[in-house]
Amino acid sequence: MKSNNIVLKTEGLIKYFYEPVKFQALQSVAFEAYEGEFLTLVGKSGSGKSTLLYCLSTMDTAYEGDIFIKGEKVTGKKTDELAAIRNEHIGFVFQFHYLLPEFSCLKNVMVPARRLGKYSYGEIEERAYEKLKILGLQDQALKPASKLSGGQQQRVAIARALINDPAILMGDEPTGNLDSKNTAIVYDIFKEISHDFGQTIIAVTHDNDFAKASDRTIELADGKIINQNKKDFE
Amino acid sequence: MKNSINLDIALTHIFTRKKQTFVAAMGVTIGVGIYLFMNSLDSGFSKFSTGEVFKNNAHIKIYKSDEISQPFSLPTDDTNTLRVIINPQITTLSKKIINPEALLATVKSQPYVTNAIAQVNFDAFYNRGKAQVKGAGNGVNMIEYAQMFNTNKYMVAGKTEALQGNLNGIIIGSGISEKLNLGLNDNITVTSSFGVVKVLKIVGIFSTGSSMNDNSKSYVNISTAQQFMKEGPSFVTTLFINVPDAENTEPYVEKLQQLTSYTVEGWKTSNADVVSSNKTRESMMGAISMAILIVAGFGIYNILSSTIMQKINDIAILKATGFRGGDVVKIFVTEAFLMGIIGTSLGLLMGAILISIMSKVYMGGPVGYFPIRHELHLFLRSGFLGMFITLCAGYFPARKAAKTDPVEIFRK
Repeated sequence: MKSNNIVLKTEGLIKYFYEPVKFQALQSVAFEAYEGEFLTLVGKSGSGKSTLLYCLSTMDTAYEGDIFIKGEKVTGKKTDELAAIRNEHIGFVFQFHYLLPEFSCLKNVMVPARRLGKYSYGEIEERAYEKLKILGLQDQALKPASKLSGGQQQRVAIARALINDPAILMGDEPTGNLDSKNTAIVYDIFKEISHDFGQTIIAVTHDNDFAKASDRTIELADGKIINQNKKDFE
Repeated sequence: MKNSINLDIALTHIFTRKKQTFVAAMGVTIGVGIYLFMNSLDSGFSKFSTGEVFKNNAHIKIYKSDEISQPFSLPTDDTNTLRVIINPQITTLSKKIINPEALLATVKSQPYVTNAIAQVNFDAFYNRGKAQVKGAGNGVNMIEYAQMFNTNKYMVAGKTEALQGNLNGIIIGSGISEKLNLGLNDNITVTSSFGVVKVLKIVGIFSTGSSMNDNSKSYVNISTAQQFMKEGPSFVTTLFINVPDAENTEPYVEKLQQLTSYTVEGWKTSNADVVSSNKTRESMMGAISMAILIVAGFGIYNILSSTIMQKINDIAILKATGFRGGDVVKIFVTEAFLMGIIGTSLGLLMGAILISIMSKVYMGGPVGYFPIRHELHLFLRSGFLGMFITLCAGYFPARKAAKTDPVEIFRK
């Protein structure tokens, strides 16, 4: 379902860290991500891939250059506006699941949708249940999030990221804490999301197998894109 | 919808951490309870001591103040003029208020005057055989006087009405009655400082609990008192005036002063000691109880700060998924609010119980049971302060939580 519609675009992205010493983490990074694309960011530790992801996520605003999400320039927007953009258009999956431990799985999945407030409570509950079903967790829906296994928790986190049908799903080492079986499950889910539902996935990963399976891989080194071509990884 | 998720999270934090919530709420409970109790104690006692003042003082009195002799010529810088050196002395010839009926009528016609009476004071000696007690006689219209000063409440024998129209009657303090061993309907010899001697019949005995009054004071009719002073029927020494608001007499004093050249004095001026001791007690109690309340606020601050430290990951993910800083503030201020509501209501209950217990404690003497009541305005003030301090204590950690940078958390 990959198309030529650009969902996310960066122009001349530059980022400095000032602590402990001034250090340029990103050097004029420019790339585009397309609708329905499963994109991975790879590189060695300190190459700037996570830094890039957090700039793209709109959570880190201390950068130079421009970022466009769905054609809209997000650079320079106020934090509350960015929060609204994240809520509606971006889903997040991290290495750690970051579920609210006191809430049931279902309620965890519902959180971003209740913040968005587009649907009624009942509808959100239904949608959350649907997402859990896609991820094979319908039986765990009412269990507290803390009672699940690591792989299940990560899948709940993915369901939460998908609840508002975001245009982009961002992952920071989403399989970093998972065994190979669960990694395979997450990989399949990502593939399905991007190819069947047309949502773009941008994931930072250390896992070369995971990167190989994606549509395109961007490799960073010393804050620069050194390779955008997937074939080099094969 | 948007608010309900904030509330949902706040409630979850509150209910999954029952112990911490309870401890924080208990802090507020004790703070609010003690604050309410101490301020009620103070207010009750202040009311009591002010009431003591009004046993024999009106809100405002008008009397002729002593005059000091003045030099005939004004001081001047001109060295050529003759200097007169004088020795200032009291030159009051009489304490008499001239034309008291007209003044009393004018005063009574003022819309803000609820009650006004004339009084004639004289120094009296109560005799029985060789026994003598020194005291002060008050010539009054007893019915009006009793109305103003609640004298009926303190009557232990006879009635105040018995004095009305009875020029040979007298009402004496219980101390005089004991010392002279005189009872109701006995005769008492009263001598004034002007040398007038009269034998009067005791028609009533009062006991106010203040020995100063009970051992010296007596009431007679105005005309009897005038005879004791060898004065005519227009002789009056003092006018007593009551106004609607006893706590706030100053503006009325000013207005009355415009009507007369005699000295107009509010009870606060003549009883500055009572007023200042009330104020001192009020500030002490206020400071101590406020300190306790503020300590309770720090309890809330601590517990919320530790909740936020523990929930920093939750806050980060909430912010990542699109919760604004304001939402985070709302979540934690809601938690503080809920703790505050629980703590404050229990605190008001605790205060109410303490007040009820205290009001049944017998203090003895003229005080009787401790003068404390459930006063609505103190409940409102304690409740408001309890909530205000809780919300302040909740707001600062909440604002800190709202400033959490999620990237910093995720990159750890």
